[in-house]
Amino acid sequence: MIRDITLGQYYPAESVLHRLDPRVKLSGTLLYVISLFLFQSFAGYAVATVFLVTVIVLSHVPVSFMLRGLKAIFILLIFTAVLNIFLTPGRELVSFWKITITIEGLRVAAFMVLRLVYLIVGSSVMTLTTTPSNLTDGLEKGLGWLKFFRIPVHEIAMMMSIALTFIPVLLEETDKIIKAQQARGADFESGNIIRRAKALVPILVPLFVSAFRRANDLAIAMESRCYRGGEGRTKMRPLRYTGRDYAAYSVLIVYLAAIIAVGILF
Amino acid sequence: MGVAYAAPIFILNDIMNLLDANKLVFEYVRRDKNGDVDGFIRAVDEVSLEIAQGDFVAVLGPNGSGKSTLAKHLNSILRPTEGVLYVDGMDTTDSDKIWDIRKTVGMVFQNPENQMIGTIVEEDVAFAPENMGVDPKEIRERVKESLITVEMLEHRKASPSKLSGGQKQRIAIAGVLAMHPKCIVLDEPTAMLDPEGRKEVIRAIRALNDVENITIILITHNMEEAVYADRIYVMNKGHIVMKGTPREVFSRVEELEENSLTVPVVTKLAYELKTAGLNIPDGILTKKELCEAICRS
Repeated sequence: MIRDITLGQYYPAESVLHRLDPRVKLSGTLLYVISLFLFQSFAGYAVATVFLVTVIVLSHVPVSFMLRGLKAIFILLIFTAVLNIFLTPGRELVSFWKITITIEGLRVAAFMVLRLVYLIVGSSVMTLTTTPSNLTDGLEKGLGWLKFFRIPVHEIAMMMSIALTFIPVLLEETDKIIKAQQARGADFESGNIIRRAKALVPILVPLFVSAFRRANDLAIAMESRCYRGGEGRTKMRPLRYTGRDYAAYSVLIVYLAAIIAVGILF
Repeated sequence: MGVAYAAPIFILNDIMNLLDANKLVFEYVRRDKNGDVDGFIRAVDEVSLEIAQGDFVAVLGPNGSGKSTLAKHLNSILRPTEGVLYVDGMDTTDSDKIWDIRKTVGMVFQNPENQMIGTIVEEDVAFAPENMGVDPKEIRERVKESLITVEMLEHRKASPSKLSGGQKQRIAIAGVLAMHPKCIVLDEPTAMLDPEGRKEVIRAIRALNDVENITIILITHNMEEAVYADRIYVMNKGHIVMKGTPREVFSRVEELEENSLTVPVVTKLAYELKTAGLNIPDGILTKKELCEAICRS
């Protein structure tokens, strides 16, 4: 279960999406996420689906990888669906005891679930096709103008990149600690919520200790490789827009136009 | 009064050693549970070193002997409490020179996972030259040549988490190589590796020393690895207690054992055979030497 979270996991492949400038992918993802909330109709979903499927096919990443991220929000999806089905007022479909299911409820629930699924899958496409460092490069350069407001853009980007790099490492570590504690008779599965929460303490304490130790080691390793912040730093592959990126921006604009058109027409 | 001022003393880089430590002391404060000062611990106590360009030096010692603390002085991560340390003529306490010192002396640490900054092999190797402000085109060249040196070029696009321990450690070495250092300090680089990984790393280190003439300082408590060094320093409780060529050091079996170190199995066997009365010379380092010595005796 612990390995199901795909966020920040790069899938190496050679595809158009992999080679796109991270700034394009970032603004694309942002635009896609916003667009999901711009329409209410089936036609809108059709456009969003076509776009998403095309992008997934272009990415050369196995679909199973995209869907893996969904397992983590499975409970949230169920929760959203159930709440929407039962709590939306409207035309009655079935009714028993105090519970009423409405047509509007089903519709809203389906839309909400789809939206969440598209949101996760859409952002997974970005994280799976972009290396974390590429992603943070994109953020650093794309948001570089914030430096004029004394926001330490480079430092934030560096922190994000390290955090992303260490997600799998720490997940593995958590897995190890859980197994080690279970081997010594720790019980994480039985008891009520409070008991289970208490059982997490022997996992979290060693995890934090080791995370701080790792952070210290990494800081020393970075300093001994001459790291001294963003000033005077160069890049192995400086970000530069190419024809491909402008083409991608055009596609995005067309997509946005289509979504807005659909939103107005239907 | 023409003689009143002394002629300025120039430090002559040419004749100076690459690393020159004179009575280096490092103390840290030990605190009790309440955070009050409990005492001072001398992790490194009056250590003097002279290491020339192209040397391959091994520093041996049991846990807590101060060998890692000493290593951290060599690129100015720690600064001496007393004494001086010159790296290529630069004083390690000089804040203006700190980046030049770190460029000159690269460090490879024990845990390969905790020194990976990039998510792709290439990016990790490029980290140091990027920090140094090297031109992008040259960074790409440096990355390529460093990866070729450690024989990892075919993995340049791989994610480090998919690599074995030995491969990760070779990537860490490549990351340091990309700075074009004169010296590489390896702080127990093989401690977390399996035997195969150890061999890979040691082979890479020896090649660097032989082919590229890079000064190697290998901190280890694995005696078999120290056999390849030109010189060995043995540390215990912050002091350097023995020094010499591997042959000289390993022939003093009892003295090594007093310092909680065990000699390589072959050397130990030769020593036992000798004390049992066989005519075998001191300081046998390889199986081949032992076989020949036994045949001759």
